[in-house]
Amino acid sequence: MIEIKNLHKSYKTGSTFLHVLKGINFSVKEGEMVSIMGSSGSGKSTLLNILGILDEADQGTYTLDGVLIKNLNEKIAARYRNRFLGFIFQSFNLINYKSALDNVAMPLYYQGVKRVERTDKAMHYLEKVGLADWATHLPSELSGGQKQRVAIARALASDPKVLLADEPTGALDSKTSYEVMELIQGINDEGKTILIVTHEEDIAHMTKRIVHLKDGVIISDSTVNQRKAKAMENV
Amino acid sequence: MFELERWQEIFETIRKNKLRTFLTGLSVASGIFILVILLAIGNGMENGVAKQFEKDAENKISVWTGVTSLGYKGLNPGRFIQLKNDDYNQTVQKHQDHLEYKSPAYRIWSGLTTYNKEFGSYRIEGVLPDFQFLENESLVQGRYINLQDQQNYEKVAVIGNKVFTDLFKGKNAIGEYIEITGINFKVIGVFSDPGGEREEARIFMPLSTSQRVFNAGDAIRTLAYTLHSTGNFDKDVEASEVFIAQLENQLKSKHTVAAEDTRAINIRSNLENAKKFYDLNFMISLFFWGVGICTIIAGVVGVSNIMLIIVKERTKEMGIRKALGAEPWSIIAMILHESIFITTIAGFTGLIFGLGLLEIVSPLIDVEYISNPSVDFKTAIITVFILIVAGAIAGFFPAYRAANIKPIEALRDE
Repeated sequence: MIEIKNLHKSYKTGSTFLHVLKGINFSVKEGEMVSIMGSSGSGKSTLLNILGILDEADQGTYTLDGVLIKNLNEKIAARYRNRFLGFIFQSFNLINYKSALDNVAMPLYYQGVKRVERTDKAMHYLEKVGLADWATHLPSELSGGQKQRVAIARALASDPKVLLADEPTGALDSKTSYEVMELIQGINDEGKTILIVTHEEDIAHMTKRIVHLKDGVIISDSTVNQRKAKAMENV
Repeated sequence: MFELERWQEIFETIRKNKLRTFLTGLSVASGIFILVILLAIGNGMENGVAKQFEKDAENKISVWTGVTSLGYKGLNPGRFIQLKNDDYNQTVQKHQDHLEYKSPAYRIWSGLTTYNKEFGSYRIEGVLPDFQFLENESLVQGRYINLQDQQNYEKVAVIGNKVFTDLFKGKNAIGEYIEITGINFKVIGVFSDPGGEREEARIFMPLSTSQRVFNAGDAIRTLAYTLHSTGNFDKDVEASEVFIAQLENQLKSKHTVAAEDTRAINIRSNLENAKKFYDLNFMISLFFWGVGICTIIAGVVGVSNIMLIIVKERTKEMGIRKALGAEPWSIIAMILHESIFITTIAGFTGLIFGLGLLEIVSPLIDVEYISNPSVDFKTAIITVFILIVAGAIAGFFPAYRAANIKPIEALRDE
């Protein structure tokens, strides 16, 4: 599903270049649930941004579902993001003046889905994350966990190939974190490929594979026994 | 542009951001409103001044006399200069080729006039046929004084609209007899004057008749002329200046008045006054246009400012939308579509309010020098469109920049 080879990325800060990613080789198969770990500054968020076509690599190749992602103009990048990827952010990034339902329907709007169908689909995904009753509420009227679940519903709405989550539980307490992880695990169980960037061990162990990043290189990549979030909640 | 989906999206955004929409709209609407009012006032002043000159022929030159202020050739100051028929005949003879209309007038300021039981006191003037055009009068009924009336000392009168309504109360006046200072005159015409009531409270009769019935001999009170117009305003002014100088010379030497005496013989040219007023008017309308254009510029700056703020405020939203698959163009189009929609609605609202106010207030304004303040509808529409287009252009650049920020930068924006 995801195939990256010898990926390099550096940022210019003032007059010096900050070499963030120094040759990443990495692949993810369909249906995998991978966590990318590392301390801050290890390059994990940059990697996720490149994977999410929000940022571009300086060197190396990135293939997503058999399509080489390189030198895309904004228009095509937007189309790929819309078709292939679903984003879940640490700070939720919901549009604050739109209701939960409208937020979920947003990617469908950009897919050109008609309004009635859009609302139907969005409602379906809201039900899936257990927030059907909150459809007309604004993000400001929702709790952190609820916001993140709306964001997850939104990420799922366009039926993407890959879900990319950047510290999805970073702004939540442990109980809510586990609830959100349980939801994400459920989505993975249905066959969706999921990448999660996190620096929390317990969250990482809820995935099936952990990739450790340090100073821009992968230092370890191992499959782990997935811990079910549901079990953790009861501890 | 006409996709229903985007309209829905925009209406939703507008509905959810009422204050922002209202403020944008307010700056545009008030800009247009102020412009409409300003242009209307400028226009009203122009109309008002024009009206001041409508009451007489625009190029009328009139002569009246007074008392000498300087001694001259052994004559004492304080001598009254009396114009005579001769003065008129000689001046006309001399300038025959240049004169368009000419007429002397003998007048008494108030003559008691009665018809049956109605009576009133009016200005009575004895004139020649040309006087109608010198005074810019038009006949409502009947005819004006003609040369035969003059030659035959006919006791006929042309009365103003005011006199007509006062005495006849709307009944037929032509052929009726009115009594002026005890003498019967036959009414032959009713006239109206753009100068209004004051100018219409007058009665005209042949000069010869008036001199005879008022025992004036061959005395006259004023001379009035117009010159042929060349169609070029400045040339006309020049020609009238030359004519006035010659006329003054001729009259002064005939009546033995010192050249420096400014009070014995007075000559006024409407054209020169008109020129002064038109120059003033031009400056005023220039000023109003200047202020108006500045208002529009301020409006455009206001719209651009608000667009900048909107774009800044929505940068993060743009990032989110882009992450969800919005193409850059769709973001620009969304912002522009929204801003054009708001400026259009607001612009026309301001226009309608401005025009509405004028519609209500304009008939109530009856001040000298301001008349019928109104605005050319086409001009108003054009300015609204200029504002819309300028607002769109001003909004395009920030929108374009926002649409091309990388999504992660936009997402980081707090």
